[in-house]
Amino acid sequence: MPDQLVIDVNALNKSYGDKHVVRDFSLQVKRGEIYGFLGPNGSGKTTSIRLICGLLKPDSGSGTVMGFDVIKQSPAIKREVGYMTQRFSLWEDLTIRENLDFVGRMYGMADRALRVSEALEKLGLTSRQHQLAGSLSGGWKQRLSLAACMLHQPRLLLLDEPTAGVDPKARRDFWDEIHRLAGAGITILVTTHYMDEAERCTRLGYIAYGRLLATGTMQEVIAQQHLATWIVRGPELAALAEKLRKLVGVSQVTAFGNTLHVTGPDARTLAESLRALKLGEGYHLEEAATALEDVFIHLMGQAEDNFQ
Amino acid sequence: MKLPSLSFSRLFGVMIKEFIQMKRDRMTFGMIVGIPVVQLIMFGFAINADPKYLPVAVVSADNSVYSRSLIRAMENTKYFTVVKMADSEADANQMLDTGEVQFVVTIPVDFARKLVRGERPSLLIEADATDPSATGPAIAALQALPRLALQRDLTGALQNLAAQPDPVDLRIHRRYNPEGLSRYNIVPGLIGTILTMTMVMMTAFAITRERERGTMENLLATPVRPIEVMIGKIAPYIIVGYIQVSVILLAAKLLFAVPMVGSLVLLSSVLLLFIAANLALGFTFSTIAKNQLQAMQMSFFFLLPSILLSGFMFPFRGMPGWAQAIGELLPVTHFLRVIRGILLKGNGFIEIWPQLWPIAAFMLVVGATALMRYRETLD
Repeated sequence: MPDQLVIDVNALNKSYGDKHVVRDFSLQVKRGEIYGFLGPNGSGKTTSIRLICGLLKPDSGSGTVMGFDVIKQSPAIKREVGYMTQRFSLWEDLTIRENLDFVGRMYGMADRALRVSEALEKLGLTSRQHQLAGSLSGGWKQRLSLAACMLHQPRLLLLDEPTAGVDPKARRDFWDEIHRLAGAGITILVTTHYMDEAERCTRLGYIAYGRLLATGTMQEVIAQQHLATWIVRGPELAALAEKLRKLVGVSQVTAFGNTLHVTGPDARTLAESLRALKLGEGYHLEEAATALEDVFIHLMGQAEDNFQ
Repeated sequence: MKLPSLSFSRLFGVMIKEFIQMKRDRMTFGMIVGIPVVQLIMFGFAINADPKYLPVAVVSADNSVYSRSLIRAMENTKYFTVVKMADSEADANQMLDTGEVQFVVTIPVDFARKLVRGERPSLLIEADATDPSATGPAIAALQALPRLALQRDLTGALQNLAAQPDPVDLRIHRRYNPEGLSRYNIVPGLIGTILTMTMVMMTAFAITRERERGTMENLLATPVRPIEVMIGKIAPYIIVGYIQVSVILLAAKLLFAVPMVGSLVLLSSVLLLFIAANLALGFTFSTIAKNQLQAMQMSFFFLLPSILLSGFMFPFRGMPGWAQAIGELLPVTHFLRVIRGILLKGNGFIEIWPQLWPIAAFMLVVGATALMRYRETLD
């Protein structure tokens, strides 16, 4: 594999009727990376993942996944990819063990029984292996799904909102596991809506309207947008926020608990506008580093309507 | 003021929502309108409990004016059509066995001579009575036939013969089912229709269920091939089918005393083909239907002609040509002939072969359609 590019796709397109879901989608992901895929609902994240793992045929474009042609060699790609769907998609009327066993058979594993037992042991589900998968809680279902798509030891993991609806502790454990896997040389592409998760990725991509709008490390993505941010503390922030939004040079005002993040595209104009406002007693104003969340809210605001 | 317990605006709201959803599911809507129309027309014109023009083979050793008159008179009743002048008794029997003809009329060598002498020659009519309702009206029409038919020929010196109650000794043999018991016909037929119903329905849910539960995506993400999914989903139900058949056959024997003349081993091997054909059809429905409700509707849509146009409920030969043509496409039509043939007539492989290849062809076409419809992607 040249340059260790596990995913290297160029200008993929996918339409449903007159709906252009994925537009000129290009993505390069190196071995061992945790690539975070962000974007609003309906922006084409799931479709892009399905294009990469061969579940959908692109209308045009080209590329390779793990060295296999993304259009012609999807059976080979399927064998090497672990894909965790957004919705729980294992069989609820099979037991935990039966589910893993079935998946093992689909990949034609020789040492299936052993691997399933190992996976159950690692999951800590050995004692509950004969319980129906449908009876598991959300967090356990998600862990079982991950175990199922890891069973055949894929080199690439595609995780579609794996932690949606999962409690914070389970989410943290899940991400620890993902970092362990990445450390073992597995490449991971993960979609998420959570900022803390995005920050744990080695690289990020922001997709909207079926188009990849920004990509790079967290710092790079933040820097690319050239945004300046000030933080305002003080009383009656809701009323103040309304006022701030009308100022020249302010593109967004977001409340974070007892503070307001005021963001604008030009640092000088923003600073001048804020100073001219002459906030009264009790207000505190300071310049701050732009956070990833500010950038995403900014990007979402730019990307018109995604739900067309 | 007390609120009324029934709110018409709420009720109306529920009705509106139901209508909207009904309209969205085009297939269901089409079925609601289409099923009654198609079936009314199809079955209204097709079903006829008084079949006419049944095929007859004649074995005639007597080429006299009398035998010719008799045959012409038979045809004039509109119940009979002579399709074949058989060379020998064995030949005619074979045609009866395969179901090629419904009746064999045998005219003995000295028919004319005996008739003229007033010796009441015998006229043998053998009927394929596996389906008594198909032969019943025709046999009834035969009773008074010889006297009327021969009246014109028995003139002059023979006039006194015509006046006799019966110039001919009419012998009617109801073959395969001498007592004319309709259950001998119905019970084996039930195996065919019950299998059609259960087998098609079972696999009709095979793919739609995966799709509705969202597990299809997982299945497609694995390297499993369409043919593996299809055969893997069909095979278990073949066992289910055999269990059903065993139960019905046992009941047929013990409760209904249905004769089982032919080879049960042969029947079992044909069953494999028939069951597989129905399962393949169900699987195809499953790949076309968007949800389980649609799969169910398709199964029913197929089931009705399988019951009404297959010769299960009404004599196949009573239907007009176009309806018979539709019937010939259905696997159950051929299977009914096979199972009745084996159980009642003792048919062997040679006799049932003409019914086997249509079932096999049906299965191939349906299976190919399923594989074409089944996508390895979510597109």
